[in-house]
Amino acid sequence: MCVGVPAKVIKKKDYTALVDVMGTRMEVGILFVPEVQTGEYVIVHAGQGMSIVDRDFARASINEWEKMAHANVI
Amino acid sequence: MQTLFEPADPQVAKELAEKVNRLADRCREKTGELPAFMEVCGSHTMALARTGVKLILKGHVRMISGPGCPVCVTDQKQIDAMIELAESEERIVCTFGDMMRVPGSKRSLLSAKTEGRDVRIVYSPLDAVRIAEENPDKEVVFLGVGFETTVPVLAAALQLANEKQVANFSMWTQAKLVQPVLRTLLSVKKVKINGFLLPGHVSIVLGAKAYQFLVDDYRMPGVISGFEPVEMLSAIYQLLQMTLEGRPAILNNYKSVVRTDGNEAARNMMFRYFEPADAAWRGMGIIPQSGLAIRREYSRFDAKKKFHIHVGQPKKTRCRCGDMICGLAAPDECILFGKACTPLHPVGPCMVSTEGSCAAHYAYLREEG
Repeated sequence: MCVGVPAKVIKKKDYTALVDVMGTRMEVGILFVPEVQTGEYVIVHAGQGMSIVDRDFARASINEWEKMAHANVI
Repeated sequence: MQTLFEPADPQVAKELAEKVNRLADRCREKTGELPAFMEVCGSHTMALARTGVKLILKGHVRMISGPGCPVCVTDQKQIDAMIELAESEERIVCTFGDMMRVPGSKRSLLSAKTEGRDVRIVYSPLDAVRIAEENPDKEVVFLGVGFETTVPVLAAALQLANEKQVANFSMWTQAKLVQPVLRTLLSVKKVKINGFLLPGHVSIVLGAKAYQFLVDDYRMPGVISGFEPVEMLSAIYQLLQMTLEGRPAILNNYKSVVRTDGNEAARNMMFRYFEPADAAWRGMGIIPQSGLAIRREYSRFDAKKKFHIHVGQPKKTRCRCGDMICGLAAPDECILFGKACTPLHPVGPCMVSTEGSCAAHYAYLREEG
């Protein structure tokens, strides 16, 4: 039940936002991420945005994993 | 289709898996034992099984399912009480979908629904507040089962009900905290593991620094991970490195989503409406201060105080869900698994829940004879 899905913020209101989850549009709460901006992604759990996704970290992580995969393990 | 970012090359996952297995074999040579890590979160349990990661690591790394499925850790007596709530025609019971098929001592919420009781699946507890507004002649009870990811959302529903003075709304909570149960596993249950694969979404609320006690008090490493194969494999790789070097730390391998300090707004909301309380866990009994109860000033929304639900002692079965969530047994070590207990005829919650270790094992890891 701690399932979270990434959703793109399409339109922001006071305490809610219209988001797009892989093509499906829905209204979610943004009580816990009031600073979110249109165009950013949030992780949604049980109808509330819980965390703003940092895309720079997301890209950096991919680079880190690739480095790990190519590391020498004796 | 909107995607968050381009997924990592599958080849990277394949290469990572090979690296993990080689590193694990070095660990085994050094310690004489197969390295074992516990995935705390039920979504990790399912993801490890579904993606084949657990199978690839078999014989190199032992992944042990932990107490991270909220339905599975709920004490049987509480399950029975929640089902009992649905027996009254004066009540509408709202729940997350996971609770519907969980077996009670007599029946499940689903069987109560098929017999005409008003049981509704909602996506958000705030929907239950709306249902209460639309049905002023009925008592609407939301079954609030979950960990720290879910509890702030439960608090948001209580806030809404409080602001709108929705007197016919209440919540039966089974809210659990991650830190006390991890301490119990290590100090009371003496679970033999080398480290923890830490939950991705609970950590959104708690923050990475919430796990430092694992290092300080138990010299136990932990890595916060996402749910994609590369995310889990790289986290396991980091756990192996720390095990090999004997330098435990808490690493955040899910920085795109989890911050060091977590989400303070969510935590503040949680503690505005809830306070720590002793809680009963399946297979572990009462763990002091391991749960959350609705604060006294909001007790008019507390279904446990509003309704006098009495259930007897649950019948004893040979189900080993209690051992499973403590990491003391694997699904195929339960005599009922795949025989008397299947997804169609579940005996215990671990076979029902989408995050249950038995459900994951049955769907993806079973060797069919």
